[in-house]
Parts: sequence; C-alpha cells; structure tokens
Amino acid sequence: MERKHPLEETILFTRLEDVANVLRNNPVMNRLKDNVVTKNVVNWGRASSLWPMTFGLACCAIEMIAAACSRYDLDRMGIVFRPSPRQSDVMVVAGTMTKKIAPMVKTLYDQMAEPRWVIAQGGCASAGGPYNTYAVVQGTDLVIPVDVYIPGCPPRPDALLFGFLQLMEKIKREQPFVLEERGIKAG
Amino acid sequence: MAPKDKEKTLVDKVKSTFRDDIIETKVFRGEVTHLVEKRALKSICNFLYSDPDLRMNYLVDVLGSDYPEETPRFEVVYHLYSIPNKLRIRLKVRLNEGETVPTVSDIWSGANWPERETFDMFGIVFEGHPGLKRIYLPHDWEGYPLRKDYPLRGYKDRYNPYGEEKE
Repeated sequence: MERKHPLEETILFTRLEDVANVLRNNPVMNRLKDNVVTKNVVNWGRASSLWPMTFGLACCAIEMIAAACSRYDLDRMGIVFRPSPRQSDVMVVAGTMTKKIAPMVKTLYDQMAEPRWVIAQGGCASAGGPYNTYAVVQGTDLVIPVDVYIPGCPPRPDALLFGFLQLMEKIKREQPFVLEERGIKAG
Repeated sequence: MAPKDKEKTLVDKVKSTFRDDIIETKVFRGEVTHLVEKRALKSICNFLYSDPDLRMNYLVDVLGSDYPEETPRFEVVYHLYSIPNKLRIRLKVRLNEGETVPTVSDIWSGANWPERETFDMFGIVFEGHPGLKRIYLPHDWEGYPLRKDYPLRGYKDRYNPYGEEKE
C-alpha cells in the first residue's frame, strides 16, 4: 500500500479550510506541537527577526526613528522597519491615537498576518496619557490587543529597545502554533 | 508711522466710514478691536482690504468664542494684518445660535480653512463658503466640542470609557 505523505494535502492547498483541517488533525503536526525543540527553534526565529511596521502617530515616533538610527541601531537585533503591514510582525503604536485615526490603526492591524504583536509606546498609546479629552482614544487596548506597554512621555529610545527585548522574551514563551496560542477554534 | 498714528488711523478710518455699524471700539496697548454689526461685516472687510491707507492683505486667523451666559452667544473674531503698512486690527461679530455670518473667503482665500475650523468646533455657519464641512474631526462627528456645554472628556463611546453619558 502506498503511503500518503501527511502534509501532501497541505502542500496542494486549494481551500483555506482544507489547510486548517490538515494542520489541526495531522499526526506530524501534533507531534511537533509537543516538541520543545520545535518550539524553541520557531520562537528563536520569530524573536530574532521582529519586523515592525513603519508608522507613527505623534512625538513618540521621533523616538522610534531615533531608535532605528545608527546610535541605538535596532537593526543589530533583527528589528527592521517594513513599509507594509503585510510584511510586518510588530505594530509599534507610537503616539497619541485620536478617535479619527483609530479606524485606520485597526485596519492596519487587520492587514497584518499572524503571528503579530503590538507594542504601545508611551503614555498616550498605553492609556490616553495626559489627554483625557473628547478626541483621544483612552488606550490602544480599546482598539487592538496590546502585548507590551512602554511608559514614558515620550520613552527614550533605550526604553523602546527594552520594550522590544521584553516582547522577545514573551515570544520565546509562546506556543508557536498561532491557532492554539490565540485560541482560534475551527470555523 | 509712529504707534500712536497707527492706532489713530485704524480707529478713525473705520469709525468715520462705518459710523452706525461699529458697536464698540477698544484700544489696548496698541491693539485695536472693533465690535461690528453683522450686516456690515462684509463691507468693512472689503474696505479694510482695499483702502490704500490700510490694505489689510493678510488674514491671520478666524476663530470663534462661546459665552453661554450672554446673548448673542457666539463671537467670531477676525485677525487682520497689513503687510505693506504694518498694521494689525481685530474685528468681532456677535451672533446667536442658528444665525449665520457671511464668509470672507472670497476676499481672503486664506479664510477658507479657518472658517471650516470655526464651523467644526462651534457649529457657526459661514454663508457663501465654498465647502463648509468638518476639517479636524471625523465627518460623522456629533456635536461641537469647543462649545462650553460640550463635556471636556466627550461622550462615552467605545474609544473613551471615561466620557459622560449621552442623554
């Protein structure tokens, strides 16, 4: 009897549901899920090449730019700013989010592919900061889920760097299989 | 021109031309402010723009203010400057809610956006404005935030759990 490769259907994927089902009830994948080495290798890869999206909302973006420039040099940790949400892993919400920009931030987050993380940089992005007013969103977590909060007004580039390092630590403890990690059930 | 002469020009020129339409004139540290009748605003602006001694060719800003205790409630303030003559003048118009004020964007096209801002924040309608719509706030925004009866923290919604409850 000819043995069928368990991932064959995945490779020939035509429908998204088939891919999801194969990945869910697949003997190879199930074994990989419990494997510590898989987890470590995948998470090491993810944590070592965090690609944030290039966009800023307010003065925190200046610190973010400074962190990306040569003095602090985020590139040496594999943090390379990307111009598109499709290519990004991290969204750095850098600055005051107004109610007018909030739908756009949500759209950008939705356009990012899993696995994805969010860093709320500064007091405004974390909880509205000093602007408890009619026009400002009182925290990024009211719009999109946040992984790391960085206090400061604005936080120095070192603080943003520390935030990225904290996110890396968090990623290393995650389950690399996004569906399980995020609790996404079969649709 | 000496500062005293500047003041005199600004006060006397306008007062002698628009005798009945000037409600009040204030001079404070060389700043001349005329409170004018709404019906005469357009002709006063045209006069300030074209008179050879004044030539107010730069509209610095148009803004609103809200005095909820008083009638008329709102005030629209125009700051004008003359680049050739180095003169500054301030015009004020009072109006009630529901009343309109004529646009000056046909005299100074720079009035377009400041008037939109005043409409955005106070709900003051500028008659004859080429495109009077919100400029800072989203187009579906309800209310006018710089009015005194608008709560500072806004109304409660999905973005602000600390705002006031809407009645």
